[in-house]
Amino acid sequence: MKARVNGTSRDLADGTSVAAVVSLVGAPDKGVAVALDGAVVPRALWEKTIVPDGGVVEVLTAVQGG
Amino acid sequence: MDDPLIIAGREFRSRLITGTGGAANLSVLERALVASGTELTTVAMRRVDSAGQTGVLELLRRLGIDVLPNTAGCRTSAEAVLTAQLAREALETNWVKLEVVHDEETLLPDPVELLDAAERLVDDGFVVLPYTNDDPVLARKLEDVGCATVMPLGSPIGTGLGIRNPHNIELITSRASVPVVLDAGIGTASDAALAMELGCSAVLLATAVTRAQDPERMAAAMRCAVEGGRLARLAGRIPQRFWAQASSPGL
Repeated sequence: MKARVNGTSRDLADGTSVAAVVSLVGAPDKGVAVALDGAVVPRALWEKTIVPDGGVVEVLTAVQGG
Repeated sequence: MDDPLIIAGREFRSRLITGTGGAANLSVLERALVASGTELTTVAMRRVDSAGQTGVLELLRRLGIDVLPNTAGCRTSAEAVLTAQLAREALETNWVKLEVVHDEETLLPDPVELLDAAERLVDDGFVVLPYTNDDPVLARKLEDVGCATVMPLGSPIGTGLGIRNPHNIELITSRASVPVVLDAGIGTASDAALAMELGCSAVLLATAVTRAQDPERMAAAMRCAVEGGRLARLAGRIPQRFWAQASSPGL
């Protein structure tokens, strides 16, 4: 199945969790947050939240700015 | 003299809030932050795989500086609310510097989207520090919906044009009951001092320091300027006169 991860189309195995996507993009351990289809997925739910076909995932962290 | 800045019940000894954008590298940023004496510093939220990812969080943690996530780059209330919620999740703070800008040329706040986002975020339990136009009416409305500060611009972000409408800033400070933070447009130390003399409770700046020829020295200058301006404000300046008035006794 396909999902959009940080703006890029990705082929993911069925049943891929948010936690798996977070490691896929090489996110650091701390200071990271995830939105799935425009809503925040709390860290405690990363393992059990499955990315649906056509899902849009954004993995964000803090950078220099402002 | 004990004169803390208090925002939403949190006390700060420094009245200088800094940004982290524009620094050539983390080592330059670190020296500037230390020289500024700041206790609260902004970061932006971006995609993990995008360029510009840095160890800025680790740096702030090591220096004992509180992190203030912003919603820079957001154009709509909905985008800003989601970005703030992501920042809260990532950084474990319910404080947010709310930015909702209208267009890239001016980076001026979109007042309609800004006020809407502020209201939603306050309702969602955030401590909201909104970057706003130097508009006394909008500032009042932001305060009315429960913002913890109002942060009017001196001039557009990154321009270094200073405070273009000092009277508007004074109108805002004269009737605000939350701290007023002069945010954006500061070019040099005298701009920061003027902000404080106009009654602002703090100054937020980034570019003026990070893109100065010597960021560390400019950070120290800003620290002194904010302190000097604050002291002058508290001391009460003399009224301006048209004609000279001798300060020595007559012959």
